[in-house]
Amino acid sequence: MIQLQHIERVFMVGEEEVHALRDVNMAAEAGEYIAIMGPSGSGKSSLLNILGLLDRPDSGSYELDGTLVSNLDEKQQAAIRMHKIGFVFQFFHLVPRLSAFDNVALPLVLSGVKPDERQTRVSAALAAFGLSNRARHRPDQLSGGQRQRVAIARATIMQPSVILADEPTGNLDRSSGIEVAEILEELNHQGMTLIMVTHDPEMGKRSRRQVLMVDGRIEGRTREDRGQ
Amino acid sequence: MFKHGIVVFPKSMRLRDILTFSLRAATANRGRVLLMLLAMTIGVGSVVVFISLGDSARRYVIDQFSSLGTDLLIVLPGRSETTGGPPPLLGETPRDLTLDDAMALSRGRTVGRIAPIIAGSAPISVQGLEREMLVLGSTAELYEIRHLALSQGSFLPPGDPSRAEAVCVIGLKGKKELFGNGPAIGKWLRIGDRRFRVIGILSSPGVSLGEDLGEIVIIPVAAAQSLFNASSLFRILVEAKNSAAIEPTRKSILETIRLRHEGEDDITVITQDAVLTTFNRIFKALTLSVTGIAAISLVVAGIMIMNVMLVAVSNRRAEIGLLKAIGASRGQILGLFLAESTLLSTVGAAIGLIVALLSIQLAGVLFPQFPLQLAPWSPAIAIAVALISGIAFGVLPAHRAAELEPALALARR
Repeated sequence: MIQLQHIERVFMVGEEEVHALRDVNMAAEAGEYIAIMGPSGSGKSSLLNILGLLDRPDSGSYELDGTLVSNLDEKQQAAIRMHKIGFVFQFFHLVPRLSAFDNVALPLVLSGVKPDERQTRVSAALAAFGLSNRARHRPDQLSGGQRQRVAIARATIMQPSVILADEPTGNLDRSSGIEVAEILEELNHQGMTLIMVTHDPEMGKRSRRQVLMVDGRIEGRTREDRGQ
Repeated sequence: MFKHGIVVFPKSMRLRDILTFSLRAATANRGRVLLMLLAMTIGVGSVVVFISLGDSARRYVIDQFSSLGTDLLIVLPGRSETTGGPPPLLGETPRDLTLDDAMALSRGRTVGRIAPIIAGSAPISVQGLEREMLVLGSTAELYEIRHLALSQGSFLPPGDPSRAEAVCVIGLKGKKELFGNGPAIGKWLRIGDRRFRVIGILSSPGVSLGEDLGEIVIIPVAAAQSLFNASSLFRILVEAKNSAAIEPTRKSILETIRLRHEGEDDITVITQDAVLTTFNRIFKALTLSVTGIAAISLVVAGIMIMNVMLVAVSNRRAEIGLLKAIGASRGQILGLFLAESTLLSTVGAAIGLIVALLSIQLAGVLFPQFPLQLAPWSPAIAIAVALISGIAFGVLPAHRAAELEPALALARR
């Protein structure tokens, strides 16, 4: 479902060239659960940005669901992000002035879904994540775990085929972190591909496959297909 | 487009959602929004007030002239143009306009009414009360030409203008000065060393073109000639039969007088139309220039909007990154931020308009003698300018937001 071939990404930091990604090749089947691990600065966030179409590779090709998405124009890539990809961030990135309900509804608003349909879909999503009694609360009135659940509800409201999570538990206490990880794994069981960046070995162990990155390269695969 | 899964076409946001989103984003920071609205309010308010001021002044002057009648031509002795060459040895004085000239003009085919005028100042006295007043010598037709109105009695009798009947019509204020509240019709008064019987009293139309019609005495033109011991006329008012006849009348007046004055063009004919047009042009230019000055404050407001929006964009980098991550295209981000600046400038313009209306009302209460009213097209102009500046000054911040790299915008704070 995901095919990355010969991905290169170079940033200019001042006068210096920084190779964030060097000849990255990666494939993922639909429904996989992958943890991308590695020390900070190893390029795992850059890889996730490429996978999420938030950044363009300098060279190489990226195929998602049979479409060569690295060749699409900006507007088409935005449409892919909207319908195929759900993001979960370490810092949640909820819009502070909007209620939990409105935050979850944002993707539907952006894609022009009618208000009454939004109402049913968002209410159902909030109920599914145990947030029904928090719908009218703003993010600063929610706990960290609740915020991340709102963010996950938002990421999945469009029924994406892949969830990209960047240190989703990095900003949570241990019990909230486990709770969030279990929610993500449940979504994975329902068939969504889950790709998670983490430097927490505990979290990495939960995944079915780990991808280790060092210095912009993928260093072989560890603990492959633990569950099978 | 896709091999598996649903075929999707990027749909755009609903207009109501765009407005709701922008409104909530705009109102999230009260202080900045108030500042911005204040700037726009002052800008639009001053433009509307200045346009209305200029327009009201124009209308005031035009109204004053129109009360004279618009088909009017005024014939003055002497030419207004400078003719070339050194002054002639024997000083060339323009010939006088005479009553006979006026009679000749009244025979013109396109001429409706005609009123010769002699003007002078003379002491008026009644039983020891004496007062200096403007004395106008004219004919019965002055009544219609100047749109005069009587409160009592009758105007000068029609008939041969060379007959010097000893009657007069007196302004309302002059009557009060000389006769008090008692009756005046049929009483005699003295102008210089002559006696005139009062036959009519003007009602008070106030000031017309600088002449106070309250303190005036109108006597037959022939009586004024002998009173001032002069045969020359101050001016002749000629009313054309209709507005289409103004130009032919002007030509025929010049022609008639040239024939009577041995081929000399020694008069000036002013048409009401030309005067009106000139005043119109002057006041429009004035209005435009004060509006231009006021528009500077609109530009300042626009720059303020740009500043506020730029700050908003840099404060909301993470939000913009997020919107992109969940599928907003560059165009959508651009639209959202443009909507926000346009919304703010429109609301500011609306408030500015209300403030302008209120201050015009207030000015009307404070200065009732100057009829200030809202220029009918000024709200449209102000709103249009506000919208245009909101969009124009919103483009740069919106563009900056749209071009933000989502990966960088979402990077850890």
